[in-house]
Amino acid sequence: MGWVADSLDSIRSCQIRHVLTQIVSLGMIVTSALIVWKGLTYVTGSESPVVVVLSGSMEPGFKRGDILFLQMNKDPIRVGEIVVFNVDGRDIPIVHRVIKVHERHNTGEIQILTKGDNNNDDDRVLYAYGQLWLEQHHIMGRAVGFLPYVGWVTIIMTEKPIFKYLLIGALGLLIITSKE
Amino acid sequence: MHSFAYRLNTLLTFSLLLLAVLFGAASFLDAFNSPLSASSSHVQASAQVLKVNRFRRQLNGADEVSLTFNVSLDVQPLFTWNTKQVFVFLAAEYETPKNALNQISLWDHIILDKDQAKFQTKVTTKYPLIDQGSNLRGRKVDLILHWHVMPKTGRMIRDKLHLSDFHLPEAYT
Repeated sequence: MGWVADSLDSIRSCQIRHVLTQIVSLGMIVTSALIVWKGLTYVTGSESPVVVVLSGSMEPGFKRGDILFLQMNKDPIRVGEIVVFNVDGRDIPIVHRVIKVHERHNTGEIQILTKGDNNNDDDRVLYAYGQLWLEQHHIMGRAVGFLPYVGWVTIIMTEKPIFKYLLIGALGLLIITSKE
Repeated sequence: MHSFAYRLNTLLTFSLLLLAVLFGAASFLDAFNSPLSASSSHVQASAQVLKVNRFRRQLNGADEVSLTFNVSLDVQPLFTWNTKQVFVFLAAEYETPKNALNQISLWDHIILDKDQAKFQTKVTTKYPLIDQGSNLRGRKVDLILHWHVMPKTGRMIRDKLHLSDFHLPEAYT
């Protein structure tokens, strides 16, 4: 009965190799995605170099589902630039245009006011209670480039999680069952 | 034979690369079409202050001004095949003892079509000129036209043109 055990062993070792290969290739995908993201972060200087537009407040310039490329550097923020900012107490960053800038003499500290192109009023209603101005630490980056529609993928994934789980499930199944 | 994951990875990487190349090409062609250094000279614009509608000190001590302008501009050269819209706005710039720079947008306009990119109009300030203090009496203010070209895809282009300056009145109205 030795040949049965032998062939079982060979199948087992084969499967282990197969599984290992799958794990490694999965690792490669995850790592290359991470490399691209971190590389972009480094090049642009912004902690999140790509954002998806979620609201229509900048229409007709930016529509929901468009992708913006951000940059962050030492250049001071100036009026007319489109910045992405975080307001204390709000999770989701906002993409709006700067309409007022006040810069102090010696320190160079800035105070800015923003407004969505498609909104009637400025953003003071969106800021934290009693907050009149945004300062440098609120700014995540300025929009420098634009790619339409691509962001719909992430919008669908976040708003209809079933698609996300279906996609992950299908991918996982294919990875497990796929042969060399 | 390659695994499914490997193929998917290659496909995704390739399509991203292709998108990036198209994005770059569009931006490159834009730069080629309107060289940044010369774009200001192509834009024709002027703005004069016709009237000071209101000039007062708010209860919190900040000066507030409302103005009426005559604006004429021609930004037709900014339009290319890749232009979705041109956002133009008129900003006031001045220096105060407190601030090295104050930039305040007074009026803005979205131009979607090349045919509408040349016009003359009388406008009142859409956003009042409000100082962070009461430093506006007799202050010299520069009027600057800014434009922001938003592409169908690719890099956004910003530039500006100094139009004129004027002195605010010495007394409140």
